[in-house]
Amino acid sequence: MSGEQSSFLHNTAVNHKPTYGIYILVWLVLMMLTGATVAVAGINLGNITIVIVLTIAVIQAYLALTFFMRLEKENAMFKIFIGIALLFLVVSISLLFSNYSFL
Amino acid sequence: MSTIAEHTIERVHQDKSSLWSGMWVFLFTELVLFGGLFLIFAVYRYSFQTEFHVAAKGLSVTFGALNTFLLITSSLTVALSFAAFRKKNKFLSISTQMFTMILAFGFLINRYVEWNINIQNGNFPGSKLLLAKGSGEIIFFNLYYLITGLHTIHLIIGIFLLEIAAGRLLKGRINAANFARLETAGLYWQWVCVIWLFLFPLFYLIS
Repeated sequence: MSGEQSSFLHNTAVNHKPTYGIYILVWLVLMMLTGATVAVAGINLGNITIVIVLTIAVIQAYLALTFFMRLEKENAMFKIFIGIALLFLVVSISLLFSNYSFL
Repeated sequence: MSTIAEHTIERVHQDKSSLWSGMWVFLFTELVLFGGLFLIFAVYRYSFQTEFHVAAKGLSVTFGALNTFLLITSSLTVALSFAAFRKKNKFLSISTQMFTMILAFGFLINRYVEWNINIQNGNFPGSKLLLAKGSGEIIFFNLYYLITGLHTIHLIIGIFLLEIAAGRLLKGRINAANFARLETAGLYWQWVCVIWLFLFPLFYLIS
């Protein structure tokens, strides 16, 4: 029983270790980016701070969507739908920010 | 016999893609909901720049950063739980799911403590102290409670969905055919975490 179990664990470890590794790597990057965004916000850079912290948030969201939500393994249709939905949001937010924050 | 097997595989596949499409359509509506609130926040932030700046100083970055760490880690544990299930490692799948619950409740406790401090400081909608301040600060705190409250409600719904998923995992009711249903719960959870990634800088860092 224990031999069977250990071979089962052994197999899973050998076959699938990279996936766990990628998730943990993505988590580490997300944590570091959060640290970076807090650090950047601590420095007084004026309106550039907004651009930097929102860019970091977009990178974080991209990583979470791609790996944690497994979009990299989904078919192209989902990616196109999500791309279009996000594009409209990005367009409206960036038009708004360009009108209000920088002029 | 083979046609029945093929038919079943096709059914499972269709079931998965329809579940995923349904969940994604729902998540798009969430995007519109929170996206709209972001836009409202952005416009008022421009209109009352100094007041938003003063009001945001009343919020603690530590609470916000702690919640961000908790949610990012819970995203990881949900992803690990499903990866473990796919690899037929039931123990790891259930234990990471349980750990997700601990993180989620940590978030809720942190939210409670943070709100409690703000309320004790007199920064809550309708308080005399807040009403005596400028309209920018009133709007900031109204939006703060509205948006973080709405997000917390989403999180509580996510906890229920994941609880159900964890319960089914424990009872061994999840198999390869109905795994997609459980995955959609995870999809929702990840989305709630992604929304927080934008809420955190908006309230705690930019203003």
